[in-house]
Amino acid sequence: MSVLVVVECDKGEVKKSSLEVASYGSQVAQLLGTTATAVAVGEASEASLAQLGEQGISKVLYDAEPRLKDFVNGAYTKLIAAAAQQEDAKVLVLANSNIGASVGSRLAVRLQASLATNVVELPKNDGGQFTVKRGAFSGKAFAEVVLTGDRKIIAVKKNSIEAQHEAGKTATVESFSAQLSDADFADAPKQVVLQDQAGGILLPEADKVVSGGRGMKGPENWHLIEDLAKALGAATACSKPVSDVDWRPHHEHVGQTGITVSPNLYIACGISGAIQHLAGVNSSKVIVVINKDPEAPFFKAADYGIVGDVFDVLPKLTQAVKELN
Amino acid sequence: MKFLVCISNVPDTTTKITFTPDNKEFNKAGVQFVINPWDEYALTRAIELKEAQGSGTVTVLNVGEADTEPNIRKALAIGADDAIRVNAYPKDAFFVAQQIASIAKDGGYDVILMGKESIDYNGFQVHGMVGELLGIPTVAPAMKLDMSGNTATLEREIEGGKEIVEVNTPFVASCQQPMCEPRIPNMRGIMTARTKPLKVVEPTGDASRTQVTEYQLPPKKQGVKLIPAESAGDLIKLLRNEAKVI
Repeated sequence: MSVLVVVECDKGEVKKSSLEVASYGSQVAQLLGTTATAVAVGEASEASLAQLGEQGISKVLYDAEPRLKDFVNGAYTKLIAAAAQQEDAKVLVLANSNIGASVGSRLAVRLQASLATNVVELPKNDGGQFTVKRGAFSGKAFAEVVLTGDRKIIAVKKNSIEAQHEAGKTATVESFSAQLSDADFADAPKQVVLQDQAGGILLPEADKVVSGGRGMKGPENWHLIEDLAKALGAATACSKPVSDVDWRPHHEHVGQTGITVSPNLYIACGISGAIQHLAGVNSSKVIVVINKDPEAPFFKAADYGIVGDVFDVLPKLTQAVKELN
Repeated sequence: MKFLVCISNVPDTTTKITFTPDNKEFNKAGVQFVINPWDEYALTRAIELKEAQGSGTVTVLNVGEADTEPNIRKALAIGADDAIRVNAYPKDAFFVAQQIASIAKDGGYDVILMGKESIDYNGFQVHGMVGELLGIPTVAPAMKLDMSGNTATLEREIEGGKEIVEVNTPFVASCQQPMCEPRIPNMRGIMTARTKPLKVVEPTGDASRTQVTEYQLPPKKQGVKLIPAESAGDLIKLLRNEAKVI
């Protein structure tokens, strides 16, 4: 019996969310009195995989098949299922990402496992009852869920647990092959288009986010958002009305029907705070709201607020960050 | 081409979420239910593709009790041809996926569409489970879907970009914006929806693999600390020294 962790890699590095997943998996292994093995997908380097030892991983399986560099649902599912069989994994842990949820839901059927996505805490294992806490109602609530299957799959929400770093510990990296055939690559991408992200920080992975709403008055004013984001090392985001009118691309839309983020810091500029927007951000650790309307509902959900004009306040904040650094 | 569009019945996006006193169930009292917003992309895109092809059918499928029928009728009013309701409480994703897979298999559907996830349970699981149960590809989440003969071209969102994927029918896709502009029912649609077929079937088995034992609301915020706009820079100091987030 073991715990199998699925780590997503990109450009040779393990994604931050997967470091969290690795930490989560090794803590589950401790809870169950066993060890945590990882299986890596995407473009990985041996050095970065070995470093997963710092998160408590003892062994990493990696298939260097070139077609696995991009996400292929069929092939990833087969690879991870084969690793789970080899390691006799009773618990699988993945990131609650598009990849994690795509693969996890197929694995749940193939491995006859219970699946919980959007999980925000370590599980409890009391009297043989394995319970996880997960986000529900688009961030407006949590649910305690018992996983009744013999095997369990857990998809961990980003930034819900902190990645541990035990310096100097390394994992052994083993090459692994799942005997993949062409049929497993039926959904292989013909083309991969990467977003042009300001400062190279991806919104889903970001631990700081600067977000703009209709109060920004137009896309030509977005440099104010971008300047602050750049100074802070933050990603940029927007509210639904802003992406609906194409001021910003839809992948920046944060909210109930956009993406849900849970960064350490979320700065909302000129966003009134409709309930649908709050649902997408209310698990952020610290929320800052800048709005000229003191009655904006977002202030009720905020930790810090400035009642003022974003065009006046944003440059001051950017300047203050630069002075701090 | 036969399209199967799976819809869920969810609380309206503006709903303030509360639970029954024992925290075991969502409190439905006074709540307006709607078609899950993500599913609206799947429904409208299926109708658009059917119209473009000039033939075919769009069938709406819901796993739910009788109180979901107003929203099934709404989907018919938007333009689906017929509907199936599996008469059961949707216990969990695996239970729902089995119902969908069973109907999809018996009905010989070519394209099975649904929203990325439901805004109540937020599982983002059913698409993959249905694909796996049927042994066909799943593309999730899909931002664009075009058909040419039996081949679909889709844009699949990945963290940091998108993949252009081609798959042949049958396949499953879970849909999200900007796939299409979701349609709303017009008067003619509402009138014709009344007489469109809505078949009620009993569920296949009762297997589920998860059980919710309790719901909780997030902890309340302590209250906002306001900083005067004139000294906006002080906010940055607070974020470093007090909140310790920068």
